[in-house]
Amino acid sequence: MWEQRSQNALMVAGVGVGVGVLVFISALIGGLQASLIERTTGSQAHVVVTPLELEGRPVLTDDPNDEVRYLRRVERPVQRIRSIPEWRKLDRNIATVSGVTATAPIASGPALALRGPTERSVQVMGADAERLEQVIPIVKNIVAGSYGVNGSDVVLGVDLARELGVGVGDRVRIRTSRGEGQIFLVRGLIDMGNQGINKTWALMSLRNAQTLLDLGGASTSILVRVTDLYAADVAADRIGKVTGLTSRSWMQSNAQLLTALRSQSASTTMIRFFVIVSVAIGIASVLVVSVIQRSKEIGILRAMGTSRGGVLRVFLIQGALIGLAGSGVGCALGAGLSMLFRLALQNPDGTPFFPFALTPALFASSAAIAVAAGVVAAILPARRASRLDPAEAIRYG
Amino acid sequence: MAEPAAVLELEGVDKDFSSNGVVTPVLHTIDLRVGAGELVAIMGPSGSGKSTLLNIIGLLTPATRGRLKLTGEDVGPKDDTALTRFRGERIGFVFQFHHLISGFTAAENLMMPLIIGRGRVTDGMRERARASLSEVGLAHKMDARPSQMSGGEQQRIAVARALIANPPLVLADEPTGNLDTENSNKIFELMRRYNRERKTAVVIVTHDPRIGERCDRIVEVVDGRIHRDERVQSPAAKF
Repeated sequence: MWEQRSQNALMVAGVGVGVGVLVFISALIGGLQASLIERTTGSQAHVVVTPLELEGRPVLTDDPNDEVRYLRRVERPVQRIRSIPEWRKLDRNIATVSGVTATAPIASGPALALRGPTERSVQVMGADAERLEQVIPIVKNIVAGSYGVNGSDVVLGVDLARELGVGVGDRVRIRTSRGEGQIFLVRGLIDMGNQGINKTWALMSLRNAQTLLDLGGASTSILVRVTDLYAADVAADRIGKVTGLTSRSWMQSNAQLLTALRSQSASTTMIRFFVIVSVAIGIASVLVVSVIQRSKEIGILRAMGTSRGGVLRVFLIQGALIGLAGSGVGCALGAGLSMLFRLALQNPDGTPFFPFALTPALFASSAAIAVAAGVVAAILPARRASRLDPAEAIRYG
Repeated sequence: MAEPAAVLELEGVDKDFSSNGVVTPVLHTIDLRVGAGELVAIMGPSGSGKSTLLNIIGLLTPATRGRLKLTGEDVGPKDDTALTRFRGERIGFVFQFHHLISGFTAAENLMMPLIIGRGRVTDGMRERARASLSEVGLAHKMDARPSQMSGGEQQRIAVARALIANPPLVLADEPTGNLDTENSNKIFELMRRYNRERKTAVVIVTHDPRIGERCDRIVEVVDGRIHRDERVQSPAAKF
């Protein structure tokens, strides 16, 4: 009895450690990936719709006497700021595409920000504040002042503001190469967690951007948010078909990042697989010993009328229960370790160094994997037990 | 006096064991009939084939040739599931080393044949286990585990377990082989009582001639053949 309890405790502990590692690694990698994706998509739209790129112009050999003129090169056109024709209508059409939750037409282009003798290149981003907020979260990234782009207000990237030496309430001139520009009042500063944005963005109203960039009433691109982040490429394809414009998802724009994440996921899956295989081998080994030790009991049960299937079921259920109990221990262990790391390793601002993603789905999937591993591990011992000759088992045990 | 209805009938049963292509005959043309309420001792020297015969009767080992009938029904070539059901419904077993399941209480061990038959525990089963334990004088051991009981007590529970489902046939393989005289006496008396009260046919494999003398009939097996099959004229009351 004590022996059986020890064996069960040993198996549950083994499964517990395995599931604990599984939960810990999955929570860590899942958290890191989610954080990375959130940071990436937190500062950009899921899909960006822009006018089609101008096509290259063929340049032929220039001797007019030649009978045949050859292609010398393809001259790439200057990609000047171009607006989307009939953007209001297209914006409405995009909003009807399945999976799209919000759109924000913007007018954007390069400009210079001047403050005294200092000047910096900026990316003017003109949009309706509320609509932009629905596509890219700006408000939560405001680190000083507020998010307001009415009148001559501007919100600057935090690094840009530092380089210009301006703060909330200061004024800054923004101009393009073609005009005198306009004086803006710095209403707020944003930190989007992206140096490129923090160093260049100047958020203003759509109308101000249109005037500054000499776009008339036009929009240069439409930013789109979709329901399923990971199906953004599908939505981008649909939008491209509906509008006939260039439609790029964040996945296309960050292909390298996604490749890296996929490689990381593959490594994690391999680790999880081998952990589970080790756990299953552990369960199977102990159960095989258990079958040998319990041969007499199995023989007696068979003599009393327990079918082979009944014996098989007993061991399979035992495997499943060990998996379930072990997964309970493992989930607690994994969650505890994650909490410990979260508390022990923190950034200077008090945020966790490792963002662990401990979700109900992770616990449920870990438990399901452990139960399945327990059942699979029990198959061989269970078959062996069910095939014991009852007469021999009773006599020789 | 009319002969009691046959519970067990063997006709021309042979058993061969084969290993690495070598066939070893163990039992030869066994004919045996055991009626309801009979208590039969199968005796013989070691290696004579007694236990093999008991295993064939208990449907634990198939016969190589011959016919076996239980309660009038021919146990022909059946699959394992059918044989197991047959065994569970009609045969009770008592072994030399009691073989109670160590993790279960006395009551749970007793109920085991009923649970296997029904697939679940019912209130009635627990009451039946309590009554059976009272009959063997162990009502106070209801929740005791095997390790908390003596060898004699465990064997009394094993006898009660073999009989709890009221099988028409009980097979006992050296049921007193591991017990002292006092406990052997108690175990035999218990089996005799059930045998008489319920008309259960009991077949005991034993080396002990004192057990044989107290049975209704002695079947002696020598070299795989029935050497002697005799009624005991006046079975002894005690050892």
